[in-house]
Amino acid sequence: MKLWLPFAASAGALLAVASFVGAGWDAPPVATDQLGFRGTGMYHHRDVETEAALKAANVAPPAPWEADPSGDKASALYQNVQVLGNLSGDQFNQFMASITEWVAPEAGCNYCHNPDNMASDEIYQKVVARRMIQMTQSINVDWKAHVAQTGVTCYTCHRGKGVPAQVWSTTLDPKPAGNMTSNRSGQNVVAVNAGKTSLPQNALSDYLLGDKPIRVHSTTALPTGKNPAGTKETEETWALMVHMSESLGVNCTTCHNTRAFNDWDQSPPQRVTAWHGIQMARHLNVNYMQGLTPVFPANRKGPEGDVLKIGCATCHNGVQKPLYGVSMLKDYVDAVAVKGSTDVPNFSTYIPGKTEVLGSAATPVTQP
Amino acid sequence: MALLSFERKYRVRGGTLIGGDLFDFWVGPFYVGFFGVTTAFFATLGTALILYGAAIGPTWNIWQISIAPPDLSYGLALAPLKQGGLWQLITVCALGAFCSWALREVEICRKLGIGYHVPFAFSFAIFAYATLVVFRPLLLGAWGNGFPYGIFSHLDWVSNVGYQYLHFHYNPAHMIAVSFFFTTTLALSLHGGLILSAANPGASLDEPGKQAEVKTPEYEDTFFRDIIGYSIGTLGIHRLGLVLALNAGFWSAVCIIISGPFWNKGWPQWWSWWLELPIWR
Repeated sequence: MKLWLPFAASAGALLAVASFVGAGWDAPPVATDQLGFRGTGMYHHRDVETEAALKAANVAPPAPWEADPSGDKASALYQNVQVLGNLSGDQFNQFMASITEWVAPEAGCNYCHNPDNMASDEIYQKVVARRMIQMTQSINVDWKAHVAQTGVTCYTCHRGKGVPAQVWSTTLDPKPAGNMTSNRSGQNVVAVNAGKTSLPQNALSDYLLGDKPIRVHSTTALPTGKNPAGTKETEETWALMVHMSESLGVNCTTCHNTRAFNDWDQSPPQRVTAWHGIQMARHLNVNYMQGLTPVFPANRKGPEGDVLKIGCATCHNGVQKPLYGVSMLKDYVDAVAVKGSTDVPNFSTYIPGKTEVLGSAATPVTQP
Repeated sequence: MALLSFERKYRVRGGTLIGGDLFDFWVGPFYVGFFGVTTAFFATLGTALILYGAAIGPTWNIWQISIAPPDLSYGLALAPLKQGGLWQLITVCALGAFCSWALREVEICRKLGIGYHVPFAFSFAIFAYATLVVFRPLLLGAWGNGFPYGIFSHLDWVSNVGYQYLHFHYNPAHMIAVSFFFTTTLALSLHGGLILSAANPGASLDEPGKQAEVKTPEYEDTFFRDIIGYSIGTLGIHRLGLVLALNAGFWSAVCIIISGPFWNKGWPQWWSWWLELPIWR
């Protein structure tokens, strides 16, 4: 009996049905943006319904009230205000009310503060928050090449959650079986941070933490033997590029004319912004996230024990301009659009539940 | 090859679809017919328009001449000649010429009393072309989604359209089409090799210095039965070849028509359904 025939046919039919029903196909109409000269194929097709859902999900919340910049400074009114001391009392309270809505709307003030002693640093979230405020200030002041005048606030990433939804860490899962299969170079598994491809799953570590060369493109038509990059390096770069595309809800032609990926003259100007974005994400991970490793408890770290890190999706959340380019800065100019103290404490001395004040160290363990 | 004297008997009157006896004649070796006239008309006009487009374009470099479709802003309307209107006219001429050619093949089939397999097969090529420049642009709502007519420029278009979906190798229909293309060449090379091996058997093993006898299809069948346990046979191999080749063209058309109108994320994301199968989800 050829029993395998009906079995194979049934399995094939089931998979075909699953691919039709489960894949989430989208029927026309399709919204299309033209990104290059006509006929170059540099277009971006957007699903109309998905676009509407994204627009609804990416709305900048209004400020709770307009803060009065006059009056005594927060540093005089409250104890242990290390970074936001220059704010007026009203500005300080307005920012605290906003940050609560942005980061811990359910837990409230107690997410970071001991209600009996608001000045205490004993809750680790407060130590992290202070460093994150410094980071936000640095982004808005030092990284205008990427964030322009729009800038960022805590909400750009946090969106009402203690941990932003789109962060990354090193992952070796699923673990290889061992022996000959031990080193798969991150390939042939679902790379969650590279658009579910089978491209290298930890490529973000290479580029957004390390500074491995991204440009693998040969610049001559014929090989000269001088380009050290091979298929492996190219696939790592591709993984980063897929991460960027998926994070922004765009495609390769948003930044490249793919006939010459390397050529800046043929690339849309968005590539310059993106280049600064790569430098920025790397800088933030190295100088802000990694230094906080001793402060975070184990359940706030990745499966391999490294700190949760920033990728493009962390801010962008599937949209080319986070929150569709709406700036929230105007209500928080003194809080996050200028720099307060840039001192960095020695985080390795931090003891959760005990440290009353984690002051700035004489010799910082990380650079601001 | 010149027409052999006894082949004249196949040049019979009739079988035309349109025009009766009016165009039922030959010019040299070529059958004309109504659709021969329309083929010549559309091909000449289309070529002339391409030359005109090249003349008003920036280059005469054969590799770089490009007739681009209109901007997306024109939607499905007609565009001015120099802003993509030429492309629209040339597309009409190309489809007119290709369809005329297929119908001329049909008329010749009717004269000869043979099946329509050749025009049927050619219609798949026309279908693939029409998918690229008519059906997909219609579904996307703008002629600007067609590919430009130029040697390098259409390759650049293919590259960019592929990268619109981040990694086109994850397109399931592209996978099927590529598999059919490869299988077509595999089947053709096996078939060509087998026929040549039977027709050119080389030196005789029995009579030194002489050529061996040309072998019959039984030898060909036996070769494949010995090596893979099955021979598809002399007629079957041609059925297989046609099916493989037509599927290659058909799935190529499918892989591009689903890209954009029915899927606008990266193709790797499409495979979420596989990752979410209840077996291992």
